[in-house]
Amino acid sequence: MYQYDQYDQAMVDARVEEFRDQARRRLEGKLTEDQFKPLRLMNGLYLQLHAYMLRVAIPYGTLNSRQMTVLGDIADKYDRGYGHFTTRQNIQYNWIKLEDAADILADLAKVEMHAIQTSGNCIRNISSDHFAGATHDEIIDPRPYAELMRQWSSFHPEFTYLPRKFKICVIASEKDRAAMRLHDIGIQIVKNADGEVGARFFVGGGMGRTPMVAPMIRDFVPLDQLITYAEACLRVYNRYGRRDNKYKARIKILVHELGKEEYTRQVEEEFAHLLEQGVEPPHEELARIAKHFGDPAFEDGPKTVDRSDPDFALWVDRNSHRHKHDAYVSAVISLKPVGGIPGDATGEQIRIMARLAKQYSFDELRIMHTQNVVLPHVKIADLHALWTELDAAGLGAPNMDTIEDMIACPGLDYCALANARSIPLAQRISERFDASGKTEKLGELKLKISGCINACGHHHAGHIGILGVDKKGVENYQLSLGGSEAEDVSLAKITGPGFTEDGVIEALETVTDVYLERKEGEERFLDTYRRIGMEPFKEALYG
Amino acid sequence: MKVLTGNDLKTGDVIWWTGEGWSRHVDDAVDTGEQGEQILATEEAARRVNVPYMIEATREDDGSVRPAHIKDRVRALGPTVRPDLTLKPKSPEALDWII
Amino acid sequence: MVEQPATDLGTSPDDVQFRFRDDEMVDHATVTVDACCDQTNATAVRIEPGDDTRVLLPFLDRLALVEVNFPSFADGRGYSAARILREAGYTGELRAVGDVLIDQLSHMRRCGFDSFAPDKPLDEEDAARAFATWENVYQHAFDTHGGKRHTIIEKRHG
Repeated sequence: MYQYDQYDQAMVDARVEEFRDQARRRLEGKLTEDQFKPLRLMNGLYLQLHAYMLRVAIPYGTLNSRQMTVLGDIADKYDRGYGHFTTRQNIQYNWIKLEDAADILADLAKVEMHAIQTSGNCIRNISSDHFAGATHDEIIDPRPYAELMRQWSSFHPEFTYLPRKFKICVIASEKDRAAMRLHDIGIQIVKNADGEVGARFFVGGGMGRTPMVAPMIRDFVPLDQLITYAEACLRVYNRYGRRDNKYKARIKILVHELGKEEYTRQVEEEFAHLLEQGVEPPHEELARIAKHFGDPAFEDGPKTVDRSDPDFALWVDRNSHRHKHDAYVSAVISLKPVGGIPGDATGEQIRIMARLAKQYSFDELRIMHTQNVVLPHVKIADLHALWTELDAAGLGAPNMDTIEDMIACPGLDYCALANARSIPLAQRISERFDASGKTEKLGELKLKISGCINACGHHHAGHIGILGVDKKGVENYQLSLGGSEAEDVSLAKITGPGFTEDGVIEALETVTDVYLERKEGEERFLDTYRRIGMEPFKEALYG
Repeated sequence: MKVLTGNDLKTGDVIWWTGEGWSRHVDDAVDTGEQGEQILATEEAARRVNVPYMIEATREDDGSVRPAHIKDRVRALGPTVRPDLTLKPKSPEALDWII
Repeated sequence: MVEQPATDLGTSPDDVQFRFRDDEMVDHATVTVDACCDQTNATAVRIEPGDDTRVLLPFLDRLALVEVNFPSFADGRGYSAARILREAGYTGELRAVGDVLIDQLSHMRRCGFDSFAPDKPLDEEDAARAFATWENVYQHAFDTHGGKRHTIIEKRHG
């Protein structure tokens, strides 16, 4: 993975000092909160329900064991012993003091980490496929391009005060494991008819109040024009994105209101102009970065496991992903123990995962946007030993992509924006479906829970989505069906009137019963819904 | 009653106006009546509170203060899913109070 | 030709707190973008966030001063306005006015601003520190155009 050189290190160090100075001026009263807020947000520091929350960047979800260990140590030293992995591959700490923030950033900088631009109206963490560099089905590792874009977007002087936040995703496979079409800019690295590698740009996706799937703006941008094209997309947005209404300020609204053709025309015009200016980094830089992403020293070995232990076999079946090398798999560490808080891990568990990565995965981990952790390169021969340790640490839940593997945002327990709690709902659902054995029967079912319309839980893209709302001061939940954030992207449709917390759990039982009754062959819930439509579910729910 | 709340600037702790200063315990909150806005402005300017605002609350029979909105009750006590991290970790009925 | 009255537009040299030019400061009334296009003798113009900067491109030769207004520091359209002007070859004074605060100075400078007239005077020491925040930069902007300064990536590859 990428290693900082002296320049990268100097940049994060300068940023720590800049923030330390800003925090000092805030505490001295030289900056009002209105003036300080955008600055602290651009260093990942929110003021949430209980305290300051710090969101640390994990660029394209990749980190090593040394970095993971520090993340665990920060949880213990500065927070209350745990961290939360997020739907953008970052980590959050919920109990941070402003007076400690600069020191935490300094600790992070020592291991080549930071909280730069993880909030604010600027370009955020660039996300990618959590199986990048390991999976059998990518045309190339997308992460060097993500790293190139990370550097381009860091402290970009023109794009630091955008109309709103800006989220970019880069993948390099037909399969979309990173919700690429639901980003402000989604980039799919593709090969053209001549075998050349280039970037397909999708612009204007997003969830929140007005969910939209990003339309394709350009089929093929040569890789030596990638940054120039991205800059053109951003400049048009910076100039013409709406600034009159916070809820209409994302680029998806601009693309929608201009229309895809007109937005594209403006981008192409700006692109032609910027090509003349020569803003593209020298092409040698991509080669330099790519050298950091070479394959580790894979060894041959067994290609199958001993399945005599059914618990182990189940975990292997559910939690491994096919690797490009036939003696390896990518292993998913579930942070969704039954009845647990989705995406949370204690400082101790974080350090355990770091150690396991060093021992079993060439010192590398990935964070999934579904709030789990991946060990990308695990020898099949080592799987049993790994699983034994994971199980002992409470990290061995064999539930990837089942209903128990739900995404849940922090919700009203933690977040100032929320209307309802999402975590208790998630806990009750996983307990119930595990106890009844229904998890197993349902197979692949992507449940996503958001505590408010901002959709950090991605409920619009859930096979089943739940949205928490405020109904006259009481928590209420809307159910939606049929969303997908994979390459078969679709937005979920709401079933009808909302439910109480007890009611939505019953509703979940009802709709999954409909699926089990009506499924044909090996259909997933999503497939059955797409085949039979909303009516049978609506009928069962509301009579 | 109208109660003032906000966060401590340095630590981020949730705090409540007691009439003389700021407390971490909601039961210490007083009814500021019509003076609320003025107190907020003074306290914020002096940086004794960050992002303060007024909320509705009721004084219960036992003297405790109950914020009207569930969000402020979560702020007052702590996350319902981590009773150990709330201000009343040994008190099971505290979670019922939030909801 | 009737001159557009300056009214509230235009900062005077007294309002300029930081300047990175050696030439004489322009002391003309600044006109709006619309007025500038109508008048053949306007030499100083003010751009508001909603203006299309490129409307001024035919007139750059006669402009000695362009002010870019930041009514709120959070409205970043002025940064694009500045780069667009510099990319078009504008060499006159480019002045950031309005809600210009310490923490925006270095980015403004990178985008091509060479003079600053904040609504509220800024602390000189804080400003000096702010201008010097970034010894190196990742991406191209006006300050790296034409090789005046090299980006980190250029330095890596000689």
